[in-house]
Amino acid sequence: MSTFTVNGKTHRFDGDPQTPLLWYLRDVSRLTGTKYGCGMSLCGTCTVHLDGEPVRSCVTPVSQAEGKAVTTIEAMSEDAVGRRVQQAWLDLGVAQCGYCQAGQIMSATALLRDNPAPDDEQINQAMSGNICRCGTYARIRQAIHRAAATQEDEA
Amino acid sequence: MNTPVDDLLLANVSRRHFLKGLAAGSALVLAARWDLALGEEEKEYGADAMPHGWVDDPNVFIRIDADGTVTVTNHRAEMGQGIRTSLVMVAADELGADWDRVRVEQAPADQEKYGNQNTDGSRSMRHWFAPIRRAGAAARMMLERAAAERWGVPASECHARVHAVVHAASGRELGFGDLAAAARELSVPPRERLELKPQSEWRYIGEDAGPAYDVKRGSVVRPKAIDGEDIVTGQAVYGADVAFEDMLYAVVARPPVYGAMLRSVDDGEALKVPGVLRTVEIDGTGQPAGFKPLGGVAVVAENTWAAIQGRKALKIDWNLESAGDNAAYDSKAYRKQLQQTARAPGKVIRDEGDIESALADAAERVSATYYMPHMAQAPMEPPVAVARIVNGRAEVWAPVQNPGATRSGVAKRLGLEPEDVTVNVTLLGGGFGRKSKPDFAQEAASLTKAFDGRPVRVQWTRDDDLHHTYFHAVSVDRLEAGLDADGRALGWRHRTLSPSIGSLFAPDPEHIAPFELGQGFNTMPFDIPAIRLENPEAPAHVRIGWFRSVYNLPHAFAIQSFAAELAEAAGRDHRDYLLELLGPSREIDPRTFGDQWNYGENPERYPIDIGRMRAVIEKATAEAGWGRDLPKGRGLGLAVHNSFVSYTAVVFDVELGDGGGLIIHSADIAFDCGPQVNPERIRAQLEGACVMGIGIAMQSEITFSEGRVQQDNFHQYLVPRIDRAPRETRVHLINPDSEAAIGGVGEPGLPPVAPALCNAIHAATGRRIRRLPVGDQLSA
Repeated sequence: MSTFTVNGKTHRFDGDPQTPLLWYLRDVSRLTGTKYGCGMSLCGTCTVHLDGEPVRSCVTPVSQAEGKAVTTIEAMSEDAVGRRVQQAWLDLGVAQCGYCQAGQIMSATALLRDNPAPDDEQINQAMSGNICRCGTYARIRQAIHRAAATQEDEA
Repeated sequence: MNTPVDDLLLANVSRRHFLKGLAAGSALVLAARWDLALGEEEKEYGADAMPHGWVDDPNVFIRIDADGTVTVTNHRAEMGQGIRTSLVMVAADELGADWDRVRVEQAPADQEKYGNQNTDGSRSMRHWFAPIRRAGAAARMMLERAAAERWGVPASECHARVHAVVHAASGRELGFGDLAAAARELSVPPRERLELKPQSEWRYIGEDAGPAYDVKRGSVVRPKAIDGEDIVTGQAVYGADVAFEDMLYAVVARPPVYGAMLRSVDDGEALKVPGVLRTVEIDGTGQPAGFKPLGGVAVVAENTWAAIQGRKALKIDWNLESAGDNAAYDSKAYRKQLQQTARAPGKVIRDEGDIESALADAAERVSATYYMPHMAQAPMEPPVAVARIVNGRAEVWAPVQNPGATRSGVAKRLGLEPEDVTVNVTLLGGGFGRKSKPDFAQEAASLTKAFDGRPVRVQWTRDDDLHHTYFHAVSVDRLEAGLDADGRALGWRHRTLSPSIGSLFAPDPEHIAPFELGQGFNTMPFDIPAIRLENPEAPAHVRIGWFRSVYNLPHAFAIQSFAAELAEAAGRDHRDYLLELLGPSREIDPRTFGDQWNYGENPERYPIDIGRMRAVIEKATAEAGWGRDLPKGRGLGLAVHNSFVSYTAVVFDVELGDGGGLIIHSADIAFDCGPQVNPERIRAQLEGACVMGIGIAMQSEITFSEGRVQQDNFHQYLVPRIDRAPRETRVHLINPDSEAAIGGVGEPGLPPVAPALCNAIHAATGRRIRRLPVGDQLSA
């Protein structure tokens, strides 16, 4: 039995503890905002926060979440930084197909928590684990700068 | 007098549809058109020529509820191009709807009802702007008539304003919701009496949607992107997000080589994996594969993870004999084979002037051979589908570009009539041509049948996607040119070799088809006295299929690289030389090049317009500061290409960094697709195409050994990450108010990207890249 919270609610899972968090979230909890992209921690599409840190849920076994707090895209609107990132994404029309954008937003939110005003180089570094096949990278950079700026305004 | 309201209307009202649409119209007009029809055999173009054509009935696309909510049905697949927003903008504008009260509903597959739904070939706006506009206008006129009848005044005095109909003389006003029920009862106005809004009254068309939404600019409200909020909050529903309480989860082990079949399977260990329920054999269908599944063994489980674990435990004996020589397919050897074949003449496609003497008499001869490898579309959402059968009727949920083919394929697979199959089209997590081929939906259909109709989701893993996609055709292009003493091109010989997508549907033709030649090969527009184009044979050994821009990719890469090589040989500036190769502004009928295809469009409405090609070159180079002084190790590169009846030029500014890494300072992209409905989404498509093209140039390659793909995931099949994106990407949309007909957007931005980048690499480093991807060639 693994016990952890997802978006503030307690979850108990008595299946195979090696089950990746991704498939627990998607197939068992039906929280489908977190997407599958590669299964090998190569594309970042499945990024969630574990105790606030970005992790690739496709290679994170449920056992590793034991006693910890999992946060997914579904809860980002209630997160002060997350909401600013979402808003910046909308303001700049970042998404094309949108499939990878939950992972992008989770990575960007984690970046801005650590570094409230990253430059392009730091953005490239922090976001290089997240692939977008539509190629929305230019706008992702701009949107992170914009979210950083609104953060400053409100601070 | 039935004067067509605009050019788009005229072009799209074909004889067949005119007759269909005039069922309630004037007998006189009907008779006149019928006489005309007897007198000629008219070739149909554009949407008219597509299976099931177009529909413009407002009752099919627009519903207004009593509370005023306007629901527009979008029947085209949304894969990131923004069609769910853009097409709805068109309907809402003609209708006079307030964007905040418009919602969109996704149509299921039903081409009898909605017209053609195959979202491919950069056609959605090109083919549907006019019909959807007419649907919106007709609905508006019905609301106006309903108001006129209510008030007892002439309809001509009633005008729709924003979400209401107004009678100016009396100051009366009724909301759309108040009029909806009465309007619904009215007959649809005949097409020739529709009053389309003049451009000056458009509120949404031509305005930016998406970013900066809620920003008010004068009276114009920018419509917001339909799915924007759902995407950033994780609520948007893609194929893999559809679920049912009793649903089962499947992954499939497919034959490793194209044409191989299952001989036997030992599933003993697989069935021991907790959560695995059963294995199911899926019929293999051999070659040509079409859209049918490859076959194999499905592992069906209580969740995806268990199914994946179970698949790992299968012991399968594949029969490779049925694959023939595909089992020996080696992409490296194949490259050499094509290069060898390219040395001898091939099937003649175009022959103008005397190429032999042009080459023999030349002061200088230049030749080069280019290579572009197989690639996988690799949309971030791999193929996935959910299916169930209830009371003998099948229902499918899937991210498909071609809902019609999905429906007919599933029906055939299950032995049902298409009417007994419902295909619900989810959002697509990327398409790029992969999801034009709905083999994965047929897999789900077979599996639900094996479980007596219980819902089953079949999920492709990333390695499935890379191993078993319909691959972009590998290609060799060999070019040779003769220049005179002043560097002018006298003769141009081009041999192109690629396996054909035709091999997917029929015995391998070993030559590319007219719709593949027409992608920038036989339509090569340079003004050169002697031109000879040939297409030697190239057999297919894997499933070949559409990849965004398709055969334009190798043709543009070869032609635009070679033009730069000629400029260098002539000692001329590349831009000036390219403009000279193109010659003076003129319109060329593609049929004079032997191209009868022209992306399905009327060559008179869509000629090859050299003026527009020149204009995008001039714009991109001017914006990039072409000719400016640059430090050593830095350079600008240019390429231009017309495809999908639009025009794109790209200029890159690149620098070779320490350690051989390439720094892409900027990309300037000039684009002319004629009138623009949603310029902001057009810019987004070009920005994205730029990134994808950088990947094609620098990194992306699928290789085969013994018929098997050698790349398993994104650590081996490399696609661009954020650090590959240019530091600055500037898109310059030109000519939005032109009289030109609407062109494509999703694909035409991609073909010139790789040659422009390789030309920039040459300018910066002196290294000429002829084999893609660049890979480690710069550090070697």
